[in-house]
Amino acid sequence: MTKPMATREAFGEALLALGAEREDFVVLGADLGKAMFTSAFQRKYPHRHINFGIAEQNLMTAAAGLATVREPVVAYTYAVFAAMRACEQLRTMICYPNLNVKVIASHGGLHVGGDGVTHQGTEDIGIVRSFPNMTVVQPADAQTTHLALRAILDHPGPAYLRLTRNPVPPVYDANCPFELGKGIWVKEDGDDVTLVATGVMVAKALAAAEKLAALGIKARVLDIHTIKPIDKEAILLAAKETGAIVTAEDHNIIGGLGSAVAEVLVEESPVPMVRIGLRDVFGESGDPEQLFAAYGLSTDHIVQAAQGVVAKKA
Amino acid sequence: MACHRQRVKDLKLMANQIRRDVVEMIYRANAGHPGGSLSCVDLVTALYFAVMRLDPKRPAWPDRDRFIMSKGHGCPTWYAALAHRGFFPREELWTLRQYPSILQGHPDMKKTPGVDMTSGSLGHGLSAGLGMALGAKLNGQDFNVYVLLGDGELQEGLVWEAAMAASQLRLDNLVTIVDYNGLQLDGTLGEVIGLEPLVDKWRSFGWTVFEIDGHDMEEILSICHRARKTSTPVAIIAHTIKGKGVSYMEHQVGWHGAAPNEDQFKQAMAELDEERRGLIA
Repeated sequence: MTKPMATREAFGEALLALGAEREDFVVLGADLGKAMFTSAFQRKYPHRHINFGIAEQNLMTAAAGLATVREPVVAYTYAVFAAMRACEQLRTMICYPNLNVKVIASHGGLHVGGDGVTHQGTEDIGIVRSFPNMTVVQPADAQTTHLALRAILDHPGPAYLRLTRNPVPPVYDANCPFELGKGIWVKEDGDDVTLVATGVMVAKALAAAEKLAALGIKARVLDIHTIKPIDKEAILLAAKETGAIVTAEDHNIIGGLGSAVAEVLVEESPVPMVRIGLRDVFGESGDPEQLFAAYGLSTDHIVQAAQGVVAKKA
Repeated sequence: MACHRQRVKDLKLMANQIRRDVVEMIYRANAGHPGGSLSCVDLVTALYFAVMRLDPKRPAWPDRDRFIMSKGHGCPTWYAALAHRGFFPREELWTLRQYPSILQGHPDMKKTPGVDMTSGSLGHGLSAGLGMALGAKLNGQDFNVYVLLGDGELQEGLVWEAAMAASQLRLDNLVTIVDYNGLQLDGTLGEVIGLEPLVDKWRSFGWTVFEIDGHDMEEILSICHRARKTSTPVAIIAHTIKGKGVSYMEHQVGWHGAAPNEDQFKQAMAELDEERRGLIA
């Protein structure tokens, strides 16, 4: 996996591979089979894929009912439809009874680009993170998408996997360690600041760390692929050893990774911190990189934020 | 025939006992939904004591028939039926809505033995039942899924998403019963958002439809028997009376979500005692 690939496409590959490995799970879709690359799985396992049509509420409540008879159930659609159209379904019918349903949510964030706000899931993490029993995962690249799907299928309970519409560069090689709830130190050295990133922003944080090095600021990079349960240990270590934190996410700064990290720090070890993300606004249509530059999510924005937060250190 | 008559009489006596328990539970809890609980007692009694394949000793038996009370506020009726069927001791009924209790104000599948699906937020039950019925087909199991819908909740769009999908998926193991008592919280269905022509609606979604008197035990049994022999999902439109069995509650929208006071409780029990004496005589 050396080429950029959309994590929704990696999901389709992973699903096909896991279908051969295990016979337990069933996959439910909502007219997005082509968009989420499940066609190969459907051809190979026609009796393990059911298309519910454009009816996401029925998709999720039926997934709950099915999971009481056959589990795990994989239910896939876009983030806005999963977390918002079917919001109460996720809360009351899946999370409250703690049923073994894996919600696969593509089209996370501004990175969706041209489709615009209706299809850019920019508040979904904040919503689903607040449901008891829900595990929330966002892989940074294709490789970790494979590992994340496997990990959530092995985890007995509700999970939400957030994916990208557009290609993301590879961050990891095939030997990447992946454990639910454990952040990955993508760059371990550096004592000035920690860049805590998730999803598409992990690659940008790495690029920012390189630019910061040229400016004399040594930054670590921590990939928080599991936003809930969050890796408190790694975040507190970052606070202790670097004394400053920048979070970076393709999501509203309200409710997402930045909020989750701030919750940990405020209660246990407050340090200067800045959140990179959408600053409580909706996006618009456009090329993802242009949008990231316009809305404050570019590599340069992370660099500036890191410089600012380092300056605030006592 | 004598045997069948005795069976029907026993079921009517059980329905009477469940009505007594429902009124007492709501009186003791000083909260609950008596109207919609009483309207579905005969339907639930028939399912739990004559129709469904169950083993109270094994509430999680994989091949059991499933029941979902989509109109979750009618749960006192479900709880009483489960207690009398032996899923848990009858004494638990008096803990309804209190802390800590296995009997929540709306059904919780993780707390109550015999409750197959959490419900209470209206409109979800048919969709969840569809998922279960689909699971039976995928696993090659032969159980049936029964979903009790309130009439008011048919105003929820999700019900019709599920209705559309169930016929597409040919779920002949799915039976839904509409407790058509004609009243919802704000008034009659006709005053709020009417459902007619209801039989045509279900039929046009590809369902086999039966229309029955939801308080006629013999008719309920006969239709539930026929419902197993169709090649499509089945909707049973059961005409019922909200508050059935307690004179001052019948047809009264005000008894949707109110508990009786002491005098009202005594009167209700006296009326149900009288009905019981009539059934035994």
